[in-house]
Formats: sequence, C-alpha cells, structure tokens
Amino acid sequence: MDEGPDKQSLDRDFSDLYRAHLRDVYSYSYYRVGNHHDAEDLTEQTFLQAYRHFERAQRESAGRPLRPWLIRIAHNLAANYYRDRSRRPQTNLDDAAILIAPMATEQVVEEREEVKEVLEGVSKLPEDRREALIMRFALGMDNREIARSMGRSEGATKVLLHRAIKQLEQRLAEDGHD
Amino acid sequence: MTDAERVERLLRSALLPVEPPEALSDRLERSLSGLTEAAAEELADWELSTMRDPRNWMPTVAAVVVGGAAAAGLVLVRARQHHKRRQVRGLKALERSVRGVAGDIEKRLRR
Repeated sequence: MDEGPDKQSLDRDFSDLYRAHLRDVYSYSYYRVGNHHDAEDLTEQTFLQAYRHFERAQRESAGRPLRPWLIRIAHNLAANYYRDRSRRPQTNLDDAAILIAPMATEQVVEEREEVKEVLEGVSKLPEDRREALIMRFALGMDNREIARSMGRSEGATKVLLHRAIKQLEQRLAEDGHD
Repeated sequence: MTDAERVERLLRSALLPVEPPEALSDRLERSLSGLTEAAAEELADWELSTMRDPRNWMPTVAAVVVGGAAAAGLVLVRARQHHKRRQVRGLKALERSVRGVAGDIEKRLRR
C-alpha cells in the first residue's frame, strides 16, 4: 500500500508554502474584508484548513503551484464571512470603506486622492471583477493562476480582467477623474 | 499612456500587498502546532463521529449482522443439538413405554 509522503516532509512542505504565501493570503483577506482583525482570522482559518487538506492538494496538484488553491480557500471562507455578516447587521461595513481602509498606509501619499477614487471604483465593481483585480494587482498573479483560483478558463479570466479595467476606467471618467 | 494603462498604474499603486502583522505569524504557528498535537485526538473523535453519520453505519452494521448471525447460528446449532438430544430421549422413552405396554399385553395373554 502507498502511504504517501511521511509526516515530517509533509510538514516541511507546508511550512514552505506558509512562508511563501502568508503575505498573499493576508493581502487577499485584507482587501476582501477590509480590516486587520477579520483579515487575521480569515488568514488563520485559511491556513488551518489548508493544513488539513494539504496532503491531498499536494498529491492532486501534480507539482503545480498551490497558491491558487490557497486563495480559493480564502475566497470560500470570505464568502462565508460575508454571509455571516449579512446575518449580523451590527458588524456591517460597506465595501467602499473596506477598500479605502488600506490607504491608511502612507506608501502612496502623492496619489492619495486618485488612488482613493480607484479604490472606491474597485469597491463598486461586481465581486468577480473585484476579486480578479485584487489577485492581479495585490498578489501579482498571472492569468493562469487567477483562472485556477476562480475555477475559470484562462480565456474567460483574461476577458474578466479586461472588462474590470474597462468598467473602472469608465467609472473614473464619469466621476471626472481625467 | 492610454487610459487603460493609466488605470492599471493606479491599480498597482492602490492595491499594494499588505504585510501581515508579526503577531499573526506567532498565532498561526501556535495554531498549527496545536493542530498537529490534536491530530491523534481528532482521529479518535473522527472514529466516534463516523458512528454518528448513518452513511458510515453499513460496514459496522454488516459486521454486527455477520457477527450476530454467527452468534445466532451458534445458538441455533446448540438449540438443534439440544432438541435432537431431547428427541432421542423422547423416542427412547416412547420405545420403552411401547415395550412396557407390549410386555403387559403378553403377560395378560399368557394368563
């Protein structure tokens, strides 16, 4: 009988995955939920769930990168987060506030207003377009990785990103951002 | 620069990667260590929980049925043996009583 990789090498591989993608999962979580507290919870839950299913994921990935798989876990957990939040109105945060929150960092001072408008525009996009933009720009994922995370074809992902940027461009133009 | 390129540049500035707080790494490592330590307990719990899910009952039920059938079969075999022994004893008694009646009739005829 094939017993698969031993526990030690599995844990070692998982540690590598964790170190390589902690920032990705955290960034994704943060842009999805909009505050550090919930982003930390979401990141923790993502890695705990990933750990439980790691052996199978590693086996089935056939050597392909596991980042899309991790992001997909975070995506599913974030969807639950939103569902739970809709049942608990006392914790509601609007999407605009969610995506404005990252600008509390002082990294982009000069473009602050422009960037704020972009973030507001992103927050108003349909969820799949918003997610695709987060994966592309915050995580630096390519079309193939985004496609795997979202369960779409590469062609469909390319179109999704193109439409997201076009819609954002149009919205900024309408808001007089020229 | 086209409008799309300008929007992409703004997106790169807006959607910067966010560094996780250091405390999160400590917290995660503790959680993962806890998960590893809990694995054995979880396995035991899983074994119990499988019994709560009716889909997992069939193998157990089959084992119980097979075991039960074997036990019932054993009981049945014993009962049959017992019944057979009782039957043998009954036949012998009947044989004895028939012999007794025949002996009585024979004695009466001799008189």
